[in-house]
Amino acid sequence: MLTFCLRRILMAALLVLAVASGALVLTRLAPGDGIEEGHLLDPVARAAERARLGLDRPLAEQYVAWLAGAVRLDFGESVLYSRPVTHMVGERAVNTAILAVAALALATLLGIPLGVYTGTHASGIGAALARGASTLLLSIPPLVGALVLVLVAARTGWFPAGGMTSVGGSATWAAWVADVLSHLPVPALSLSLPLAATLERLQSQALAEAAREPFVDASRARGVPPRQVLARHAWPASLGPVLAVYGLMIGSLFSGSFVVEVITAWPGLGRLMFDALRARDLYLVAGTAAAGAACLAAGTLAADVVHARLDPRVRERHRP
Amino acid sequence: MTRRAAVLLVVLAALALAGPWVAPYDAGRAFRGFVHAPPMFPRLSEGLGVYPLVLVDRVEQRFVEDRTRTLGLPWRGESEPVFLLGADRDGRDVFSRMLSGARLSIGLGLVSVLGATLLGSLLGAWAASRGGWMDEAVMRSADFLLLLPIIYVVLVLRAMLPLVLAPSTVFALMAVIFTAVGWPFVARGVHAVVAREREQEYVLAARSLGAGPGRILWRHLLPACAGHVAVQASLLLPAFILAEATLSYVGLGFPDPLPSWGRMLADAGNVNNLARFPWTLAPAGAIFAVTFATNAALQARVDHRIRCPEQEVTTS
Repeated sequence: MLTFCLRRILMAALLVLAVASGALVLTRLAPGDGIEEGHLLDPVARAAERARLGLDRPLAEQYVAWLAGAVRLDFGESVLYSRPVTHMVGERAVNTAILAVAALALATLLGIPLGVYTGTHASGIGAALARGASTLLLSIPPLVGALVLVLVAARTGWFPAGGMTSVGGSATWAAWVADVLSHLPVPALSLSLPLAATLERLQSQALAEAAREPFVDASRARGVPPRQVLARHAWPASLGPVLAVYGLMIGSLFSGSFVVEVITAWPGLGRLMFDALRARDLYLVAGTAAAGAACLAAGTLAADVVHARLDPRVRERHRP
Repeated sequence: MTRRAAVLLVVLAALALAGPWVAPYDAGRAFRGFVHAPPMFPRLSEGLGVYPLVLVDRVEQRFVEDRTRTLGLPWRGESEPVFLLGADRDGRDVFSRMLSGARLSIGLGLVSVLGATLLGSLLGAWAASRGGWMDEAVMRSADFLLLLPIIYVVLVLRAMLPLVLAPSTVFALMAVIFTAVGWPFVARGVHAVVAREREQEYVLAARSLGAGPGRILWRHLLPACAGHVAVQASLLLPAFILAEATLSYVGLGFPDPLPSWGRMLADAGNVNNLARFPWTLAPAGAIFAVTFATNAALQARVDHRIRCPEQEVTTS
């Protein structure tokens, strides 16, 4: 288990390095730089700013200097905002993580119980309704869901349509948490509904498959009550494919969160990276890419470790 | 499954081609005095018709129906415009724009699907039949791309190039980018099928009859992948349409006068405009419809989208 974890952590570090380097090099190769898009007009001042930020150096030299800073978690300074990238990215990464965790929790709470229900009830109106709803929700990408939910929120006033906190801020910690929670429904729902549908379908299929296993029949033959057969035997056996999917869902969670952040004005990493890309803010692009890759890697790693803990076959497969 | 996927792709292609012809008005035509006019619902009175709109409040942009007269459906060439799905912020017919936009949005999706399918099949099959370190290199880079959130890869690649470009350049550019991020989805499955099938007896038989590697690949191995490729292609189509919509929504896709679905959603504007003129969200319905059609055609097989093709191949 330890070697498994170490291997995966090493892979995660490589992923972060590759993604951040790729973003840095690609943005550097793009025409124009942050200074040109910025507010400085005087050519002398521009040249001085370029020299200060190291933008005038050759790519290889600049890359090595950036890398030397990056391993000490110093990702340079944003050209656009004149602030250290590490601070800005840290704030935004927390916001994106709040949204992602909320969406994942919501999807799990909705999808898994519904999947257990439809997986054990092959016929019936309730199960048919749930299956129909899943097929429908599966077809609502976060872009569409977010726009529709923003419309609903704006027309009904049930919850705020945009932002993460109210104007004016909050006095206490508890007030801040309550404020953020009240802003969560629109972005979290639009992200989680298609994921919940995915989980429901998978759990349903996996449970129906697991229920056909001989050991389930055996436990039933021993006289174990049906409820316990489900809870102790069939359901744990069906969790394999469901948990395997969590690792893959993190990626689509991130993809979806970009557009949701833009539509609902959630101050997350995606929005920041987009602004940085448009302004050709080199270090900010690389910093957001590194933070995003780190979140992605952490999520995937957590899902893999849980999966490996529960399923010895996964551990064995990764053994060198 | 394969046949349904193929039928779906053909139907959508027909829709994309026919869209601008069916549209009652030119997509760029702006009707003066009809900014944000609401949808006019067809009613059955002396044939199918609608009540014309009268602007009653210029500040609030409020319209009422004139119940004393009726107009025919927009294709009849009435003297006053008929907006079945309302008008947008420039007084352009949302219905016509949506139909015309189908050609851009679905067309771009189909071109990209074609590119991703061709590139993915070729790379996957080539890597599998060649083996060795090149196989490793191709498939590891496919795995790497599959791990990343696609929309960010698309964003970075798009933002690398000048932000303002001509429409035809944008179309070609997006098709290339979508192909570049879409091929691994096809390649992984094709690789798995070819790697498994090339050890089969019928392939050995063909080889012993003197068939060259090219013929074996073309006549025997690639046809074995057809099912997987068809399913992946029809799953990629809504993903690409969505990617176009996302790019255009944030302003990196098609430029303004063009009626792509993402562009139209971007034109729908901010929260206030959305709440007052919800019909401008009609293209979101179109995106939903295409996605839903795909899911329904493939019977919402979630595992196809998520499970890795290696497992998929062995279970099917």
